[in-house]
Amino acid sequence: MSDLASAGQASESNAKSMSIIVTKGALDWAYPPFILATTAAAMGLNVTLFFTFYGLELLKKDLNLKVTPLGNPAMAMPMMGMHMAMPNIVGAIPGVTAGATVMMKNLIKKKGVASIEELREMAVESDVRMIGCQMTLDLFEMDKKDLIDGLEIGGAATYLECATKSDINLFI
Amino acid sequence: MSEHLLDAKGLNCPLPILKTKKALKDVPIGETLEVLSTDPGSIADFEAFCRTTGNQLVEHTTEDGVYRFIIRHT
Repeated sequence: MSDLASAGQASESNAKSMSIIVTKGALDWAYPPFILATTAAAMGLNVTLFFTFYGLELLKKDLNLKVTPLGNPAMAMPMMGMHMAMPNIVGAIPGVTAGATVMMKNLIKKKGVASIEELREMAVESDVRMIGCQMTLDLFEMDKKDLIDGLEIGGAATYLECATKSDINLFI
Repeated sequence: MSEHLLDAKGLNCPLPILKTKKALKDVPIGETLEVLSTDPGSIADFEAFCRTTGNQLVEHTTEDGVYRFIIRHT
């Protein structure tokens, strides 16, 4: 029993559990995993997030997440009194990503949507288990010191052990 | 009237639920928490939250775009 308890939170009591593989490091893609993780924890689920590839970006102490309209025909921004999608050739101009990010962050604030920093803080507070992918750390030459405290580091087997015990497994 | 009040007006999903969960920690079992929200999605979300956590949604009303939930901490 103590082995199970230390191996993963999925074994704790009869609570339901959820795991998410987090692979994206853009501002917009950061929302689904953190919203689901914090809400699931609030609903009594044991939650594990496994951050791999660009997802590790979401664990940096200093977040500098961006959103880009490039290659995303569905991303309409409020412009000139209406919502307009940006042609790719405009999205490719230097500075457009930064501009779109500023606009998105303003919208987020205006609409009462939580910041990623806020949601991540809540995830930490509610004991969401967070695992960083060792292979990605090596591949991208990232330093664990640049990531938030309290992280576990693991690999595919660590995730799969958790996934086999989870009621919900998602890939984002 | 509830003994405890949470004003979540102006906040968007999932903040009303997250703040409710936090506020319930300070509500003794059996007592109720009143939550105010302006997020139209919160009606379905509070129902689901209460069904899943076992807390009792005593009532919810809507007035002038403000949703009011009374939740009994169980």
